[in-house]
Amino acid sequence: MKLSCKEASRLLSQSLDREMTLGELARLRLHLTLCDACRNFSRQLKQLRQAVARLFEQ
Amino acid sequence: MRRYHRRTLASDLRSQIEAQRPYLLRYASMELRNSDAAEDAVQETLLAALAAEASFAGRSNLRTWLTGILKHKIVDAIRRASRERPFESVDDESTIEDLEALFDETGHWREPPQAWPEQALQEKQFLQALEKCLTALPARTAQAFLMREHLGFDTPDICKELGITSTHCWVLLYRARMALRECLEKGWLSR
Repeated sequence: MKLSCKEASRLLSQSLDREMTLGELARLRLHLTLCDACRNFSRQLKQLRQAVARLFEQ
Repeated sequence: MRRYHRRTLASDLRSQIEAQRPYLLRYASMELRNSDAAEDAVQETLLAALAAEASFAGRSNLRTWLTGILKHKIVDAIRRASRERPFESVDDESTIEDLEALFDETGHWREPPQAWPEQALQEKQFLQALEKCLTALPARTAQAFLMREHLGFDTPDICKELGITSTHCWVLLYRARMALRECLEKGWLSR
């Protein structure tokens, strides 16, 4: 079953906090190859993580 | 003469430690969301640092050393607070109903996330905006997020310390990330 952006965004967040199943990974990958918005979202989550680290360093 | 010299060094270190107080307080306040608890954690940190002066000897960065001590004090404070005031499982922070509004009926983003320019992320204003967005988050959501992203807790440990289920934990983290990215995109990127 194809993921919606809503489902993909939840899984992308969880992928930072737990191991994904192979099925979840495959569905996420497929969704990301087709969806610019979720690719941006995924990148933003990582940028957020880096920014939090910098925020506390200053 | 030598004794005098040693005493000067010690009081130097003491005033350097004291000078880090505002930084540590800002840091603890962001994590704990409670000024009394933050004050206490910083006070405990400074006392522990003074008591352990010798273990600092030879280390190059005083702030890093103090921050390391403070992190432990913050974790203790979070643990104490969640024991005294257990997390309510039914409250506004545990649902994602309000996040549904970010998507249309077919599950597509109503406002698709943009590509954030890497250059702009290096700007001081970005970090200021992030701090503001963090402050706007509900307390527990912010705490769970910072425990994960900043203190580096694993999700099971966050759940344990906050006394919540792992599903609940993922929801809090998801909420925090969704809210922060939206806040940053609206407040900072669209300047």
